[in-house]
Amino acid sequence: MELNRRDLLKRAFRTGLALFGGAAAFEVVRGELLADDGRNAQVRHFAMAVDLPLCLAAVSCSDCVTACHKGHNVPSIPDKKREIKWIWKEPFDQAFPGEAHEYTRQDLKGKEVMALCNHCDNPPCVRVCPTGATWRREDGIVMMDMHRCIGCRYCMAACPYGSRSFNWSDPARVLPVKAANPEYPRRTKGVVEKCSFCDELVDTGKLPLCVGACKAGALVFGDLNDAGSVVRKALAGRYAIRRKPSLGTGPNVYYLV
Amino acid sequence: MLEKALSGGRLYWFWMAALALVAAGGFASYLLQLRDGLVVTGMGRDVSWGLYIGQFTFFVGVAASAVTVVLPYYLHDHRVFGPITILGEFLAISSVVMCLAFIFADMGQPFRILNVFLHPSPASPMFWDTVVLSGYLALNLAIGWAALGAERKRVPPPRWVKPLIYISIPWAISIHTVTAFIYAGLPDRHLWLSAITAVRFLASAFASGPALLLLLCVAVERFTSFRPGREPRAALSLIIAYAFTAHLFFLILEFFTAYYSGIPAYRHSLGYLFFGAGDGAGFMPVMAASLLCAAVALIVLLVPALRKNDRAMMAAAVLVFASIMLEKGVGFVPAGFNPAPTGALAEYAPTLTELAITAGIWAAGLLVLSALFKIIVSVREEA
Repeated sequence: MELNRRDLLKRAFRTGLALFGGAAAFEVVRGELLADDGRNAQVRHFAMAVDLPLCLAAVSCSDCVTACHKGHNVPSIPDKKREIKWIWKEPFDQAFPGEAHEYTRQDLKGKEVMALCNHCDNPPCVRVCPTGATWRREDGIVMMDMHRCIGCRYCMAACPYGSRSFNWSDPARVLPVKAANPEYPRRTKGVVEKCSFCDELVDTGKLPLCVGACKAGALVFGDLNDAGSVVRKALAGRYAIRRKPSLGTGPNVYYLV
Repeated sequence: MLEKALSGGRLYWFWMAALALVAAGGFASYLLQLRDGLVVTGMGRDVSWGLYIGQFTFFVGVAASAVTVVLPYYLHDHRVFGPITILGEFLAISSVVMCLAFIFADMGQPFRILNVFLHPSPASPMFWDTVVLSGYLALNLAIGWAALGAERKRVPPPRWVKPLIYISIPWAISIHTVTAFIYAGLPDRHLWLSAITAVRFLASAFASGPALLLLLCVAVERFTSFRPGREPRAALSLIIAYAFTAHLFFLILEFFTAYYSGIPAYRHSLGYLFFGAGDGAGFMPVMAASLLCAAVALIVLLVPALRKNDRAMMAAAVLVFASIMLEKGVGFVPAGFNPAPTGALAEYAPTLTELAITAGIWAAGLLVLSALFKIIVSVREEA
């Protein structure tokens, strides 16, 4: 059979289309069925637990926020609408819309709890990103490449926790030069950023900045696949809730109540 | 044939110059946005998509609606659409150009936009949207150009066009379906998270697009020697009547599920769009205007005597276009962000810069459309 150029092109096109469509379906289905919940003991699966009573006892403390934002050159923007935040205080009723009710325990009701990226097992932000600028590491950390991001903000629409911030203007213009941490990359305007569980520290065996800064010891970080880890011990001994677990995102920040 | 867009009367050049002026104003505003960042818009961390993405969504619909004349003409040999099919295809071209411009305007880092192709992400509907929109633009350019070229030489269109036309039919459906998938798969965004978002988009597209095409037919008749006549318009009116009725029916379906189920999250987002929430009116005035337009248009569309009346039908076309523009192009996207993930409400209103950029893109789209229509008219004048 003679194969002319046009036929060849046609076939190549069709094959390419089929492969690509297949790949798309696979990606979506895999995300659902095989959502990597890190049960593989060879791999670490990072998670955080927030001890709410301990945290709430330190009423006016925001050491974790300061440490994080200082360490990652997160500018402090007074305009709430254009704020950038990696870890912040959220009223309990808003962080857990399904949990709060009229008779919620007084020590929780309306109290501000720490909110941050949940480093989901099945992160919608990663699924929707059109450039792979955000991805989930094997150990569960949801990463963000602020230098590949095109600023479409699709991930912000997809994140059900409000954990992603956009640089509406040039952060360098807001950030005092002296306050900047030269070790951490500064970014341009027009890109999305978020908590990274301090991957740069975790990779060298250190704790995330927020955990290290918490004098009350209310933030616990560790490997869920290690039964002896602090985070597993905390979860074994206490009742823990997560934000919007019914959405199937598989959040990895636990709140001990 | 492009040279035909470069010769025209005083009115033509005045019109083109006026459009170019508005487009230039939009571009100047865009340069401002490029310098200062998206802080010049009304968007914020809670409502992170606004007018640009709303307008993008609306015009994807207009682009897709070319299928309402292409399909009857090419698949069912519905001759009535013969003279205006190419108008529909060229309307699709200028709409896609506008869509791409709106996407570009919305990017935080527009010069990195090629990352979408450099790092293809098949799990992302936005990646697919870029693919299908570019493909649709190419298809309509090829089909429209070949058909018009053949008409000019008074020969039948080349044979390779036929398969492209057949491909373009499901392709048109796909562009709006994929656009709907951008929204319809997002957890906890209940205004969008609906299985009927795609069909709602298609229904509203098949009403608003033909409404615009009908008005363009009238304009062409009024300002040029080309006379598409009443018949294509009558056929368009019927399509608008069916599609617009379906669009309103789908809206009722959304209300039923949201309110009868009593699930707060469902009710809050739809309720916010139509009635506002808390102290804020939100999009209530926009949606009230949209529904008012819809009610009047529906009467004209459903009463045959009115629908067949030229003036009444023209008014109905304007109202249908306005109604859907307000609902889909202005309200649907930003309102979908409320309530925010934390239950808080964040109001959004576009800034003047945002409006100027939007007007600029409209003008650029009209400029492309006018040039393309001018070519059609000149070719037909020669024939």
